[in-house]
Amino acid sequence: MTIDLKTVKHISKLARISLDEKKAEKLATDMNSIFEFIEKLNELNTDNVEPLTSIAETTLRFRDDKITSENIREKILKNSPEKNDDFFVVPKVVE
Amino acid sequence: MSEITSLTLYELIKNIKEKKISSNEATKSFVDRAEKSKKINVYVTENFENCLKLSKEFDDKPNFDLKLPGIPIAVKDLFCTNEVRTTAGSNILNNFVPTYESTVTQNIWNEGGILLGKLNCDEFAMGSSNETSFFGNVQNPIAEDLVPGGSSGGSSAALAANLTPVTIGTDTGGSIRQPASFTGTVGLKPTYGSCSRYGIVAFASSLDQAGPMSKDVKDSSILLEVISSFDKKDSTSIDFQRNNYSSELTRNIKGLKIGIPKEYRVDGMPDEIEKLWKKGIEYAKDCGAEIIDISLPHTSYALPTYYIVAPAEASSNLARYDGVKYGLRSSGKNLIDMYEKTRSEGFGEEVKRRVMIGTYVLSSGYYDAYYLKAQKVRQLIKQDFDQAYNKVDAILTPSTPSSAFKIGEKSNDPVSMYLNDIFTVPVNLAGLPGISIPAGVDKNNYPLGLQIIGKPFDEQTVLNIAYSMEEKINYKNNITDWWMK
Repeated sequence: MTIDLKTVKHISKLARISLDEKKAEKLATDMNSIFEFIEKLNELNTDNVEPLTSIAETTLRFRDDKITSENIREKILKNSPEKNDDFFVVPKVVE
Repeated sequence: MSEITSLTLYELIKNIKEKKISSNEATKSFVDRAEKSKKINVYVTENFENCLKLSKEFDDKPNFDLKLPGIPIAVKDLFCTNEVRTTAGSNILNNFVPTYESTVTQNIWNEGGILLGKLNCDEFAMGSSNETSFFGNVQNPIAEDLVPGGSSGGSSAALAANLTPVTIGTDTGGSIRQPASFTGTVGLKPTYGSCSRYGIVAFASSLDQAGPMSKDVKDSSILLEVISSFDKKDSTSIDFQRNNYSSELTRNIKGLKIGIPKEYRVDGMPDEIEKLWKKGIEYAKDCGAEIIDISLPHTSYALPTYYIVAPAEASSNLARYDGVKYGLRSSGKNLIDMYEKTRSEGFGEEVKRRVMIGTYVLSSGYYDAYYLKAQKVRQLIKQDFDQAYNKVDAILTPSTPSSAFKIGEKSNDPVSMYLNDIFTVPVNLAGLPGISIPAGVDKNNYPLGLQIIGKPFDEQTVLNIAYSMEEKINYKNNITDWWMK
């Protein structure tokens, strides 16, 4: 299997990473060599194997539905690149 | 008395408790040495002034009942530290100042530790040489222009260069054990669920685990005792009875069964690694352990599995870096354009590569072929270990397939870089504890490590075997402080 330039560009759209032509070509080369290495898994028959999704064999714990942190608005906004009073600011979305 | 900075953690604690050294005196020594060691580039953010101030406060009102009484400690810059910049080695978090503290670091401060500063690492812990850091390469104190390993490269280098008495790293596929091996130091990755992931910048959540890095095994046991805790803030934290690792530490390992997995004899493994392993087997026998040949048949599938699972989880975890709530923002003509430019400018090449791989294996039409397949193979890898542990108490392997390499030597070939983690990755996939201890040198006099892998939650046995073998190996780092000349 090979990953062509068109696929790389499609994936970069999904991943929200802009790429110029040269970087996209380099990534296609890298991804192909990595996937060549990954293809080894196809040697194994895994039809009757249960996927391992979590190594910690615990069920999620319940907790009381109580607020544990209050008045942290300032803290949350502290690192925002752009804010306006109590809001995060993003480029205009609605025309 | 030898220099303060070359003491082990245990020795430093003892001297502080006996009032032979004050916390402030110790802190000054580490700060002075750091000022002369800028060339190895271990610090991303220094916290020296504050550390000196806090050490004085400790001395004014000392509490010697604490496990780390007034001990200055530098930590990997992947742990969020309240009001101290935390970058994860990335441009995208260059200006990020957390307003909360990771549980693992909080545990250290609660026991009297004081933050010296934040240590360089591969960007988002993705790398095996510290070369992917936005803040530049770290020099291995062993020799000039040698990588210190990664991703906890700043941590291993700081330790080997005597810039911190002990430190903590994180290990997703070998990021504690491989740099420990490359620098002649000790690094322990605990069982998944032992140390809380709360406040650690996430890479691959089902694999990430924090652990101690130290000059010897005893120090790792002291630090593990402090950082390992059940934490409600981490949904995968496990509530089990933790040992008093340091007081239960013993060199008596008579009768323990240690497995030697034949599949770790990989093609093209250098003779010196094979020799080191054989020597390790002899040391283990000398310590009274029984050696048993075992098989871990799916070993060769571990790296391909890892390079699906880890990037998939990373691509999800790193989706949060969008330039809105924190971190870097690049300007764009609309919201989507802003996201794309921010992530393009904020992430380095290796991180982009992994986010792309992860996005691809999770994308529509490929999920079953890659991600689901990898999770199934992960099950087989875990079952290999489960079966082996019916016969043995622990497993002995080399830590890495080679010693430290030169800066730049492997940075253009991702696959050859990934092969560094061939012996460490299976341990993360199976969630097991593993330690790397220095065990010898190669033809260039560069350190080589041996890895001891244990049963889940059996850090004590891992530490005991390491402690026992460490005495027989009697490894001494020969570091010349070349960077000060």
